[in-house]
Amino acid sequence: MALKDVTLGQYFPGNSLIHRLDPRSKLIFTVLYIMVIFLCKNLVSYGLVLAVLLILIGISGVKPKVFLKGMKPVVFIVAFTAILNLFYTDGTIIWSLGFLKITQEGVWKAFFMVLRILMLISATLLLTYTTSPILLTSGLERLLRPLKKVNFPVHELAMMMNIALRFIPTLIQETDKIISAQKARGADFDSGNLMQKAKALIPILIPLFISSFRRAEELAIAMECRCYHGDEGRTSLRQLTMHGRDWGFLLFTLVLTAGVCVLRFFGL
Amino acid sequence: MSTIIKAENLTFSYPDEPAGHPPVLKNINLEIESGSFVAILGHNGSGKSTLAKHINALLTPTEGKLWVEGLDTADPDNLLDIRGKVGMVFQNPDNQIVASVVEEDVAFGPENMGVPPKEIRQRVDTALKMVGMYDLREHSPHLLSGGQKQRVAIAGIIAMMPRCIVLDEATAMLDPVGRRETVDTIKTLNEKYGMTVVLITHHMDEAAQAQRLIVMAGGQIIDDGPPREVFQHVDTLRASGLAVPETVALLYELRREGLNVPLDALSDEDCAAVLAGLLK
Repeated sequence: MALKDVTLGQYFPGNSLIHRLDPRSKLIFTVLYIMVIFLCKNLVSYGLVLAVLLILIGISGVKPKVFLKGMKPVVFIVAFTAILNLFYTDGTIIWSLGFLKITQEGVWKAFFMVLRILMLISATLLLTYTTSPILLTSGLERLLRPLKKVNFPVHELAMMMNIALRFIPTLIQETDKIISAQKARGADFDSGNLMQKAKALIPILIPLFISSFRRAEELAIAMECRCYHGDEGRTSLRQLTMHGRDWGFLLFTLVLTAGVCVLRFFGL
Repeated sequence: MSTIIKAENLTFSYPDEPAGHPPVLKNINLEIESGSFVAILGHNGSGKSTLAKHINALLTPTEGKLWVEGLDTADPDNLLDIRGKVGMVFQNPDNQIVASVVEEDVAFGPENMGVPPKEIRQRVDTALKMVGMYDLREHSPHLLSGGQKQRVAIAGIIAMMPRCIVLDEATAMLDPVGRRETVDTIKTLNEKYGMTVVLITHHMDEAAQAQRLIVMAGGQIIDDGPPREVFQHVDTLRASGLAVPETVALLYELRREGLNVPLDALSDEDCAAVLAGLLK
């Protein structure tokens, strides 16, 4: 069972400049960077944005191989987008066979779309690879704090994220246990068509659901016992501080955003 | 010594239970001294866990009263104060650890109580050292053994600096090694740091280590005293479905055969000494 190697949002501890940045500045960067990706119009801006990403990945010290592994789940989407753009863009036809045709514009569009998706994913991977989940949630909580004024449950959301992260490994362990238990009772998960395979999952999902609810209840009681009463008057062990490097990084992010805006204006 | 927990005519039944159903707790009168190590022993359904939940104000009495250091648990204004004074450790270590890093979890209680960050740091470090988990403070809880997880849960309670710690069958899901780790930890807390410990269990050998043993059956206290005395009441214990420690059981059988042996030899060594005395 490949349950143990789920790489989604996996953190690689390290001590690079990127690792040491405050999670808030990394979050702001990631959001702006994704925006910037969609502002890119042509080779020059794409080149600039890609270069920035590659340099940051270089500084982070996380192996490129890890990024490639993280992109595996989207290979299908990338291929689909590429094919769609390749065959369904109007323009100068450079190759055709029956009803299929490839245009020059289509080639470029497909190339840029694929690049866009890959950059988007690498940027978010860079964030999760270099920031521990706890710092990430507390950074998010701090950034969204102004939204509390309009009654948005910021703290509750962060707490839910924390608990979800805490229980993912526990539930994976439990799933493995249930699978073994059902196999021991003669359950067959590997043969049959798709429908039968989906049906075979029911004896795993039902016990998992029931036990999750029981866990949730017990956890709620344990949290109450430890004086949990929302974020009113709550303090935190981990204090986030913005250093000089964070302000520098934010300034760099703004310059990059402005730069790409200018390039877009000139159609580059 | 002062009284930390006091129950007076405490009766409890669940509100959704049909009328005429016997209450879970019946007329409990109890006083627990500050700094003592009390074990509550009982069979499943004897009401021992329900009583534990009352000490922490998770449940409030249907009739009667329970005070923690003079604070009435039925008064909602006292809730946070009481939970700051009485910490509770539950059965399943997995379901009471909140954070994905050991030290973050230990900090959870003090964070909720609004302790300043610097003091939280100190409390977390001290608590982790007290349970011997300081070296693993940056670990992920799911990689720890059951006994280690339960020690983290205990550290999470210690960091809140309560007056009393209630362990609700905290050893029931652990292997023998984990059980010993946990019991040793709470014994140290009691002996070295003077913390009041209420240990709820159905393991005789754990109960035997307490200073005072309360036996519950059918929602009532049926026996109360030092373990040496309580375990001599073999018939009462057996009538409520509880076994006595093997040493006592052996001596009890010998006595029934007409031999004049004392019943209060709890440890293996004491029992062996008694038997050796017989053979002389």
